[in-house]
Amino acid sequence: MTQTQSGPKIRIEKVSYAYEGKPALRDVTIDVPAHAISVFFGPAGGGKTTLLRLINRLNDVVEGTHMSGRVLLDGQDIYAPGMDVIQLRRRVGMVFALPLPLPGTIRENVLYGPELAGVRDRTRLEELLSRSLTQAALWDEVKDRLDNPASALSGGQQQRLCIARSLALEPEVLLLDEPTSGLDPISTGKVEESLYELKQNYTIVIVPHSTQQAARVADYAAFFLMGELIEHQPGTEIFTTPRQQRTEDYVTGRFG
Amino acid sequence: MSLNKPRRRWSEFAIEAGIRVLGFSSIGFVLLIFLFLLREGLPLFFEVPLGNLFSTRWYPTFDLFGILPLTLGSILVTITAIAIAVPLGVASAVFVREVAPGWAREILKPMIEVLAGIPSVVLGFFGMTLLAPFIRETLGVATGLTAFTGALILAYMALPTIISVAEDALDAVPKSYRDAGLAMGATQWQTIWRVVVPAARSGMVMAVMLGMGRAIGETMAVMMVTGNAARMPLTLDSLFRPMRTMTATIAAEMGEVAQGSTHYHALFGIGIILFVLTFIINLAAASTIFKRRRRGGLR
Repeated sequence: MTQTQSGPKIRIEKVSYAYEGKPALRDVTIDVPAHAISVFFGPAGGGKTTLLRLINRLNDVVEGTHMSGRVLLDGQDIYAPGMDVIQLRRRVGMVFALPLPLPGTIRENVLYGPELAGVRDRTRLEELLSRSLTQAALWDEVKDRLDNPASALSGGQQQRLCIARSLALEPEVLLLDEPTSGLDPISTGKVEESLYELKQNYTIVIVPHSTQQAARVADYAAFFLMGELIEHQPGTEIFTTPRQQRTEDYVTGRFG
Repeated sequence: MSLNKPRRRWSEFAIEAGIRVLGFSSIGFVLLIFLFLLREGLPLFFEVPLGNLFSTRWYPTFDLFGILPLTLGSILVTITAIAIAVPLGVASAVFVREVAPGWAREILKPMIEVLAGIPSVVLGFFGMTLLAPFIRETLGVATGLTAFTGALILAYMALPTIISVAEDALDAVPKSYRDAGLAMGATQWQTIWRVVVPAARSGMVMAVMLGMGRAIGETMAVMMVTGNAARMPLTLDSLFRPMRTMTATIAAEMGEVAQGSTHYHALFGIGIILFVLTFIINLAAASTIFKRRRRGGLR
């Protein structure tokens, strides 16, 4: 608990990562503060998604990879032997680029995680259902049709459903990998709005789908280029007075 | 260039016409077979009163053409075979696709395909000489040639089809589904059973239907191991008694009937019923898949 008060929520320490011999991340060190939106941005192939997937150990299932360095959550090395990966993934939720409702109804989708985690109490499940959908700014749109198939929702609603699904596990950290890349501007706005609400209670790391989005949502922003962390600053500074030439070139649209 | 053009167009036309003829002829052949089946089989329904036709005794020598025992026989054997083959097949597919390491998958996949290539007569022989005595001794029944023996052999024959179709269906589930499951704190098993398999459901249904089609149409192996007694499988123990399927009846009796006789028409009549049954199964499979497609989402 002392660490959550003083240290960063997530500390990534000298992490290098290679996929089949090709380096994807080079010696990245970065602190992610709690209760804020951190943005990892930069051109494609910069290692943003890879880094995101390292934080909940989703890359464990990929074969032919090599990793060095440490990832600390509340000061605890998540790659230490004996780490409960399932428990970790419940603490660190993830939302993907494409909205991906699982087979089944809206209710089943949201309660899927808690049920797997062994929550059986009906009132508790109902409470999780309404709260996560409310937090994801979807409750008003679906509260009358919770038992309809999730695939019948629109793309934007599906993505907010995916966010609700992650929130239902009551995670501490929420990772979002280009969560609005497939959405129209209005849905994008709704998702971003729900992120502002969520950062009161969660630590949010997002890979945005555009630099504009990065500038809109970032409390802290980290610029990645070819697997290297170029610059890490509070959002207000990196987009107005970047320290590195390469960051400035990218945010002003000179390349990328 | 301009000189070549007409010729190229002509060859284009020829190839197109050739493909069209081949395509239509395959439809034509199916249609002709169906018409032939109808021509030879339909007279049965005029020659034999319906009461006789839907009676419980198949005894062509005494003009008793009850097709119920044969139809029920086929259905009993097929359903039992599918009940055995589907859990095994789906589990094997999940193992091959989701659990087995890469090198094991490379060995298992061709082996499963080889299984599909074993001639049914070989399986029938295997069933007669090894499986039937084994069943007689372990179950203590009068003869090992029973509906159950046939169902076991049929299950074995349907397995390769079920496994490879189910495996393809699992393969078609995007990796993102697996990621989504894992990211929600599901174990590998929970992800497979609650995310990947449901997402592949339409393919799974198709696997079952194709396996069923294979089982109900199979003749040789079934004829060799079911004992071929045309009795009504209505008692509880009928699974462990000899019985007879529609296919086996046609195969066994077609050689010795006089062409154009009532018995001859009866055999073709059975053929029509068989055709209708398989048609219904395929239709059910197609409509399940179609419905899921239309409801959207699932591939």
